[in-house]
Amino acid sequence: MNVQGGCVASIRQQIRIAADPDTVWDIIKVPESQPDWFPGIIKATYDPETRIRVITVSMGVDMPEEILTVDPTLRRFAYKITAPLYSFHYGIIDVIEIAPNDTLCIYSTTAEPEVLALLIGAGTMGALEKIKEIAEQKVKK
Amino acid sequence: MGRKILFITTDQQRYDTVGANGGTIARTPVVDKLAAEGIRYERCQPSSVVCMPSRASMLTGQFPTTHGAWMNGVALRVDAPSFAEELHDAGYATALIGKSHFEPFLDVFGRFAENSFAQLGIPTIEQPWFDGRMGPHRGFDHMEFATHGIARTLHYGKFITEEHPEYLTSFYPNLNMELNVNDMGGGDTGAVQAWSNDIPRELYHTDWIADRTINWLEQQNEDSDWFCWMSFPDPHHPWDPPKSEVGRIDWKDVPLPENYPESASERETLLDQKAAHWRLWYDGKLVSNYEAPKHWVPSSLTADQLREITALNAVEIELIDEAIGRVLKTIEAKGWTDDVDIVFTTDHGELGGDFGLLFKGAYHVDGLMRLPLIWKPAPSSNTSPAVVSAPVSLVSLAATFMQVAGLPTPEYVEAGPLPVDNDDAKQRNFDATITEWDSDLFGVSVHVRTALTNEFMLTRYQKGTVHDGSEGELYNMIDDPLQRVNLFNDPAYAAVQAELDERLRSHEERPADRATPGIVVAPV
Repeated sequence: MNVQGGCVASIRQQIRIAADPDTVWDIIKVPESQPDWFPGIIKATYDPETRIRVITVSMGVDMPEEILTVDPTLRRFAYKITAPLYSFHYGIIDVIEIAPNDTLCIYSTTAEPEVLALLIGAGTMGALEKIKEIAEQKVKK
Repeated sequence: MGRKILFITTDQQRYDTVGANGGTIARTPVVDKLAAEGIRYERCQPSSVVCMPSRASMLTGQFPTTHGAWMNGVALRVDAPSFAEELHDAGYATALIGKSHFEPFLDVFGRFAENSFAQLGIPTIEQPWFDGRMGPHRGFDHMEFATHGIARTLHYGKFITEEHPEYLTSFYPNLNMELNVNDMGGGDTGAVQAWSNDIPRELYHTDWIADRTINWLEQQNEDSDWFCWMSFPDPHHPWDPPKSEVGRIDWKDVPLPENYPESASERETLLDQKAAHWRLWYDGKLVSNYEAPKHWVPSSLTADQLREITALNAVEIELIDEAIGRVLKTIEAKGWTDDVDIVFTTDHGELGGDFGLLFKGAYHVDGLMRLPLIWKPAPSSNTSPAVVSAPVSLVSLAATFMQVAGLPTPEYVEAGPLPVDNDDAKQRNFDATITEWDSDLFGVSVHVRTALTNEFMLTRYQKGTVHDGSEGELYNMIDDPLQRVNLFNDPAYAAVQAELDERLRSHEERPADRATPGIVVAPV
């Protein structure tokens, strides 16, 4: 984690996955699929017209998010949490091909206040581990 | 039938706030009586001066660099050793009622078991441990949680939310909108974290914890073996005891702490002798750790604010003492007194105005490091009352509980049972303790190690954000009990420094099956 002035903090988590990037991307690309691969998110609804996704975390809190990018070429999914608790949030998931059947998945969180970046950022590692598990199981099948 | 154990902890309580230790502000007759009838330790140190690593050390009998919960916000791994597991497996009923804090409180995604039990509805949940044994968690059969104020994920928070919602906003808001420790002032003087709390005394968490402990004890069979950890969140800040009780102590009559020079220039001269982060924090230029309010500047603390905080702190301590008294009456009514060991301590201290500072952090001086510890062995054990002046550590508690229960000392613990007197301490080489500090959060890292004997305290700062690895503090604990004169690198004390350095080196190189250091997932 690095802080460059103010209260904005950035956290980057990454994982190598023994699967091709399209398999990984297929797991991530659907906005309302997040409860399947992000531990602690129990519900997600998505309105494609407003591009607003509302997630419900297991502690019972609803958090609205705006989906910014779902780019199949770059294999990049970007969103921002718009809940008032955050003065700034930007979350990006990048799926990058390293070699055949070898993918790097990176989950970046930049947020203010910094404490929330830490809390979300810690959760994203669990998400990457789950994405890896799902993708590698798909490959085995 | 063996000896039963009541383990009482408070949170962030100074040694000198207990009457038996010379405290004059709070009245603590119940704890003083335990001290008179038992063993009072004059030099008990924590393994760490913040909650999570210290509490994990109590449970595991290991230092933070062994158990892996090296700073607040790092969960103790779920398969970490636990003396409660040993007791459970030996047939003890085991309970933890109050503040646990082996896992982070700030838990947006509900990842940690401690934050889920209250929502699951009942305090005793039959679910498998990590290895398939049954019980709620970490060797405890029964857990009911509380912390400072209202955390709705915990049992006390749920109780207030559901049964007394009118008091939900009575407590001081621990965190501000940034989720940093709040710097808002209150009380009569505008003192940071001082607050007037409308909650009736009988609903305050101190009394709730005593009530729940009594309830659990009353469910135990007359001849059953039990261990109960009754863990009060007070007198940790915020200082927001029930308003009805605040009049017990008039803050205007409270003397200033011995180690609080009223003259700002004298405070600054003392701070300038110490490592750089002391003065940087005092001046508001660097908050080295999350546990202190990010936007509070210690140099702004006034003498009257300190008096008011000291008084509120003492009120909270009196409430705890009275709550303990109620629990002891239950034990007496059950006819258990002769067979119950009682241990009273805290997880770490509070700066309490020393050098003009409050709260806690990487500041290894007596305010944070010298803890109240009293052990009243069961009268049936025929252990004589004693005062132990040898340095001991909270790391010894796990082995002590094993010994009381008649169980062998587990191989994983890093300190033997507490000595019962000074001869015992001498025979078993209780001559030094070690305290660790590691923190790395939001771009600020601090790493500290301290070795303490009865005569000297050496603190070494490892390389970090504001330390280059060459800094240190050395205090003569006999001539300078307030740790005001830094003798580090004084040629006259070279031999002493070398000896304590060797103790630190031995600690770092000790053979131990160390857990991989955990990941910081929250600030607390």
